Amino acid sequence: MRGNAEAHQMIAPGSLAAVLDLMSSAPGEWTPIAGGTEIMVAHAAGKPVAEKLVSLWGIPELRFIEDRTESIAIGAAATFRDLRAHAAINADWPLVSRASSWIGSIANQSRATVGGNLVNGSPAADSSPAFLVYDAEIELVSSRGSRRIPYAAFHTGYKQNAMAPDELLYAIHLPRRFAQHRQYLRKVGTRRAMAVAKVALAVTALLKEGQMSEIRVAAASLAPFPVRLVQVETALLGQPINSITIQPARAALLAEATPIDDIRSTATYRRQVGANLLEEFLIKLRTGDASK
Amino acid sequence: MSAPWATIRFILNGEPCAVHAPPMKRLLDVLREDLRLTGTKEGCGEGECGSCSVRMNGELVNSCLVPVIQAEGATVQTIEGLATNGELHPLQKAFLACGGAQCGICTPGMLMAAAQLLDVNPHPNIAEIREGLAGNLCRCTGFMRIFESVVKAAANESTSTEEQAAHAR
Ligand SMILES: Cc1cc2nc3c(=O)[nH]c(=O)nc-3n(C[C@H](O)[C@H](O)[C@H](O)COP(=O)(O)OP(=O)(O)OC[C@H]3O[C@@H](n4cnc5c(N)ncnc54)[C@H](O)[C@@H]3O)c2cc1C
Ligand code: FES
Ligand code: FES
Repeated sequence: MRGNAEAHQMIAPGSLAAVLDLMSSAPGEWTPIAGGTEIMVAHAAGKPVAEKLVSLWGIPELRFIEDRTESIAIGAAATFRDLRAHAAINADWPLVSRASSWIGSIANQSRATVGGNLVNGSPAADSSPAFLVYDAEIELVSSRGSRRIPYAAFHTGYKQNAMAPDELLYAIHLPRRFAQHRQYLRKVGTRRAMAVAKVALAVTALLKEGQMSEIRVAAASLAPFPVRLVQVETALLGQPINSITIQPARAALLAEATPIDDIRSTATYRRQVGANLLEEFLIKLRTGDASK
Repeated sequence: MSAPWATIRFILNGEPCAVHAPPMKRLLDVLREDLRLTGTKEGCGEGECGSCSVRMNGELVNSCLVPVIQAEGATVQTIEGLATNGELHPLQKAFLACGGAQCGICTPGMLMAAAQLLDVNPHPNIAEIREGLAGNLCRCTGFMRIFESVVKAAANESTSTEEQAAHAR
């Protein structure tokens, strides 16, 4: 049964400073709500939702995309529609645009925020693999100040992250240095629109003289939270791409992945499909047909 | 214990309005219960079906997932605000002409999604129409007549709703 709206306090202080003050005055007491596409769904389903909610929607200091030449800064309350409509993101971080187009319908993308997707921390979050292979950094803010950590260090367990109770996710930073990389992102689900991923794999890779000089591989639904597959990366680094090196990379993925069984799929299926996606990318890379 | 209510003001179909409600109350319920605009329908209540779609600040949203406090200061358009001065919107005419509506439950949301699409992209191809309406489910029509209605509206009226709004201003 649906939750009772009257049992919840919800306030909208309207500025970042006011939200941070509130959160520092009683750390952990107030839970942020941005686009509400996770929280309001939980509420609809009668699942537990924090009693005190503070709205981040409509706070201009959190909804921005700022091109800083060497990098781009994406405000936590930017929506996936904002990301899809941004020319520089389309051009320089195409995997982010593509993932953004998968976050449910247009109506969902108009409300779903980047910060909400990352903080919610679903193992299947669609934006995570792309951010991971672009070496994203997360900027956290509180009334104590701000700090930056690699996005790869943000998720610490199933629906757990490195944020303190008085902190907000402020922005995500993407370095602009992937123009020469081959880039890959594929999601396998029951249908393209509006289906949660069974598995997704993202890769950015740089070949020099036929050898892998840089590689980042990240996955959704291959672990309890979105992860970089470091062992897979190690298996490929410095190697040429051929049938001899593809096999150990597959094996590394099968060993490193720790997916779960759930209503959408099984661990065995997820591992196999993850390995197949990796192989598909490597074959495309070898034959020079790694479309973005 | 019940939490404090709030007075929320927004522009609804061009007119200022104010409601006193629990701040987490769904915009859908405020529209239907407090404001008696029952054109907006509830299907799933979870963001999956689109029958509650309205436009907020020029973007399509599912009103079942919007706590009303987040509509403060916004411009909201519902199906009741789609016709202008008693004249049906080109999309409404096309849905009538093409049989784009049967039981009608999905229709208000479908029209809002289609109006949003044509404002952003006045001449969508079929793939773009499918994407624009992918969040709106219909149990009756099998979708083809809905897609045809949108194609017809786009062909008949190159004037988008944006231009119409400009005329009305
Ligand atoms: C119909 C439908 C389809 C969907 N499809 C997809 C999909 O295909 N792929 C996908 O990945 N997701 C999907 N989602 C899930 C959801 O839309 C996304 O996860 C979205 O990005 C959540 O953002 P939000 O702002 O709406 O989150 P909210 O519900 O507002 O918040 C989610 C969580 O993040 C916290 N939070 C939000 N912003 C901040 C911040 N700045 N700092 C600290 N904490 C914060 C909140 O406290 C809460 O715990 C779907 C949802 C629906 C309803
Ligand atoms: S009722 Fe809102 S999306 Fe179904
Ligand atoms: S006309 Fe009946 S659900 Fe679409």
